[in-house]
Amino acid sequence: MNDTLTAVPASFFCDRFGLDDGCLTATLGTALERRVDHADLFFEYTTEDSVALEEGMVKTGDRRLSQGVGVRVQAGERQGYAHSDEITVESLQVAANTARAISEGPGPGHAVAVHSALAPARNLYPVTRPPTDVPVDQKVALLGEIDAYARSLDPRVKQVMASVVAQHRLVLIAASDGTFAGDVRPLVRLNVQVIAANAAGSRRESAYQGMGGRFELERVLDPKAWRPLVAETVRLACLNLDAISCPAGTMDVVLGPGWPGILLHEAVGHGLEGDFNRKKTSTFADRIGQRVAAPGVTVVDDGTIPTRRGSLNFDDEGTPTQRTVLIEDGILRGYLQDRLNARLMGMAATGNGRRESYAHLPMPRMTNTFMLAGTDPPEDIVRSVQRGLYAVSFSGGQVDITSGKFVFSANEAYLIEDGQIGRPVKGATLIGNGPDALLRVSRVGNNLELDRGVGTCGKDGQSVPVGVGMPTIRLDALTVGGTEA
Amino acid sequence: MKNPPDAAAVVAHALSHARKLGAAAADAMLVESDGVEARVRDREIDFVSQARERTLGIRAFVGDAKGLRTALTSTSDLALAAVTRMAEETVALARATAADPAAGLPEGGFASDLPDLELFDPADRALEVEARIESARCAEAAARALDPRITNSEGSQVSSHFHRVVYGSSAGFLGEYESASHALFCEPIARENGAMQRDYWMTLHRRIGGLEDPAAVGRQAAARALRRLGARRVSTCEVPVIFDPLTARSLLSHLFACVSGYAVYRETSFLAGRIDEAIASEHVTVVDDGRRPGGLGSRPFDGEGQPTRRNLVVERGRLRGYLLDTYSGRKLGLASTGNASRGAASGPSVGPTNLSLEPGTQSLSEIVATTPRGLLVTELIGQGFNPVTGDYSRGAAGLWIEGGEITHPVEEVTIAGNFGEMLRALDKVGSDLLWLGSIASPSVRIAGMTVAGS
Repeated sequence: MNDTLTAVPASFFCDRFGLDDGCLTATLGTALERRVDHADLFFEYTTEDSVALEEGMVKTGDRRLSQGVGVRVQAGERQGYAHSDEITVESLQVAANTARAISEGPGPGHAVAVHSALAPARNLYPVTRPPTDVPVDQKVALLGEIDAYARSLDPRVKQVMASVVAQHRLVLIAASDGTFAGDVRPLVRLNVQVIAANAAGSRRESAYQGMGGRFELERVLDPKAWRPLVAETVRLACLNLDAISCPAGTMDVVLGPGWPGILLHEAVGHGLEGDFNRKKTSTFADRIGQRVAAPGVTVVDDGTIPTRRGSLNFDDEGTPTQRTVLIEDGILRGYLQDRLNARLMGMAATGNGRRESYAHLPMPRMTNTFMLAGTDPPEDIVRSVQRGLYAVSFSGGQVDITSGKFVFSANEAYLIEDGQIGRPVKGATLIGNGPDALLRVSRVGNNLELDRGVGTCGKDGQSVPVGVGMPTIRLDALTVGGTEA
Repeated sequence: MKNPPDAAAVVAHALSHARKLGAAAADAMLVESDGVEARVRDREIDFVSQARERTLGIRAFVGDAKGLRTALTSTSDLALAAVTRMAEETVALARATAADPAAGLPEGGFASDLPDLELFDPADRALEVEARIESARCAEAAARALDPRITNSEGSQVSSHFHRVVYGSSAGFLGEYESASHALFCEPIARENGAMQRDYWMTLHRRIGGLEDPAAVGRQAAARALRRLGARRVSTCEVPVIFDPLTARSLLSHLFACVSGYAVYRETSFLAGRIDEAIASEHVTVVDDGRRPGGLGSRPFDGEGQPTRRNLVVERGRLRGYLLDTYSGRKLGLASTGNASRGAASGPSVGPTNLSLEPGTQSLSEIVATTPRGLLVTELIGQGFNPVTGDYSRGAAGLWIEGGEITHPVEEVTIAGNFGEMLRALDKVGSDLLWLGSIASPSVRIAGMTVAGS
């Protein structure tokens, strides 16, 4: 086996739990005694720790170990799944017997040989030291410095909450088609929340910012990384002290670069996931080749960007990740696929089969979803709007993929008057219709940015880390929900 | 691990090791769960999933003149050697945190009687997975049979989960309870003139026998999807907004977020420091009852071994109390209200048990009939609520009301206001209290909100 990426997790699971090739093939063989299309095993061993500060004190440290295995069998559209937190030869056999119960007929019972998957010739997130191995004292010291720095920036800062979360996850996937893929996945996140109050004490506002990715924890320990983040959080909390209520109604909206790419995630990303399109419950079903966005709009999902939060070497089914063009110059080009939906739709898997943990079935999910840069200078885009809204940052969003309606909430937004950025507004919610939202894009900036690495996507009760990105864009006539009718 | 060690023995082992390593106090929670979930689309099984999990959480406090230092670890590896290692790690981790005068176990008042709250029926243990799958098929078929415009679905899902919680602390408390939850969820899709609408209905119960008839769930889900067909936007306006019981629950969740002891002592709630003030209209009485028989949030003791109880939160519009665990109580100089909520892998925080708005006397249709013009909200999306300020702005779908009658479905609008003002403008409470979880509400009407549309 020349695949060093897989070698580390493979030997970890084999040494720790006494598993070997023979037992993996025997388990898959048990599953294949029935008439099935695919069977796979997913092993996971995750260490996560977090340290949190509030009121100037690191009040608690947490450390969580989670281990387990999931055994899956697919027959036609059916999936049988059994998972256990015991990783033993016996529990694997029990799980395989449970999972295969969804298939009624006997199968050919052929032997399986697991071998290394088509290994990508790169590791997107090599680390010399797992982030969970960094001594807790360094994290405690960082949080103390963040607290002091935030309070030094503005006397209106009343409360600082900050946390560092580090994760180290080993996974190993063995499948009946011979796939044998392992991955070591670091994940780091720094969260900062600031509460500010005005001098009279009559008004309080909060702001949150975070950063993270699949890299060494040392990166967030660097003051050059966390100081701008803390300053940004303080600026936002204080800015919101002067924000006025948001107007309600239809207006032209300019979205700033980076995190507002959450628009793509909600407006089109979910609707392009293979499961919804195979079942034809998405408003985008059967629309490949049709115009779904304005000319000049190109949207991709790319799981291969080094160190990004949404990136993976392999997805959770052992398929190498890739860059998938979803929308090209406004035309719908592709869906995001896991193996089940790719097989049933006669398409190729795109490396988007993801799951929250061994306790969950994989589904088609996004990785890093973003719009490519256009040519307009961002200042020109703002200047082009007579009266509208300039939204720079969002707290979250949601979509109904069947009706296509999506919503997302701004936590930093300004009025635009006569092409100039005006007063900050609070409580702005944008609502739109997925299939036509991107048709309203009239300007695309030359300033593509990716978010800071804090996105978490929820679907069917499963959370996975994702990334988004976008250049500055202008959307014509979007509904803005505020209180000022 | 063919014969896993007894749960109480694992907890005792964790506690004694933490103490031996120098912890001034410790507690441990072991949660065992197993369950099955399945989804059916039309007649076909989509997936069947079976699970078994055991997680142990150990919390240790290390003493200091200035207070206690706290840490928590959790593991699903319950071999005694692994538990010993985790106890060591917990104590070492605790030494790295700050001494906090408010940290520590409750001083006393542990639950002594553990009443049977009807959380579990042992007969349901002999679970027939096939029978549960058949009920999903039945819901699916009933949804599709209701109307030819029900052409598709996201499926009908059934689940049965069993839990056993064992909690012990170095203060001498050791208790355990078993619970179960069974659910059926149906999500059909209606199609007309090329447009699709989905909606759902569900039933949840502690006993399989307590679940609603699957066909009724399917028909209700289908009727909800059908009535959304032809939805359109409305012009931006300020009107009364009625929330049905499903969406009104979210208002109580927001209220909970503002009366949770942590938000109060951190002053991240606009309701901090407002006990006994009129914060809502006189129609609003909110109670959190941890011992409601069969309640989906009921438990005999909370995540710190304190007895659960009935807490009055809002009484005829007046804020009567916050919901507290030991820590947030100490920060506010108050006693725990028995609302410590924790899983094995996390420390205590404040959670609701069975939080509900006391129902009124009018039916939802009577409330609609007394509304000359307004919006009946049946679905909310997005996270536009800020507990610090009460700012509220969410995406909504529902039904438009003119002259006391429903005229057409509405979508792609937002509703906005300030939550504090919304509570004071709450002028109607329905009689239709609906329990579908640990938070429940009847229909309510807010006298005026901004609806943003075209």
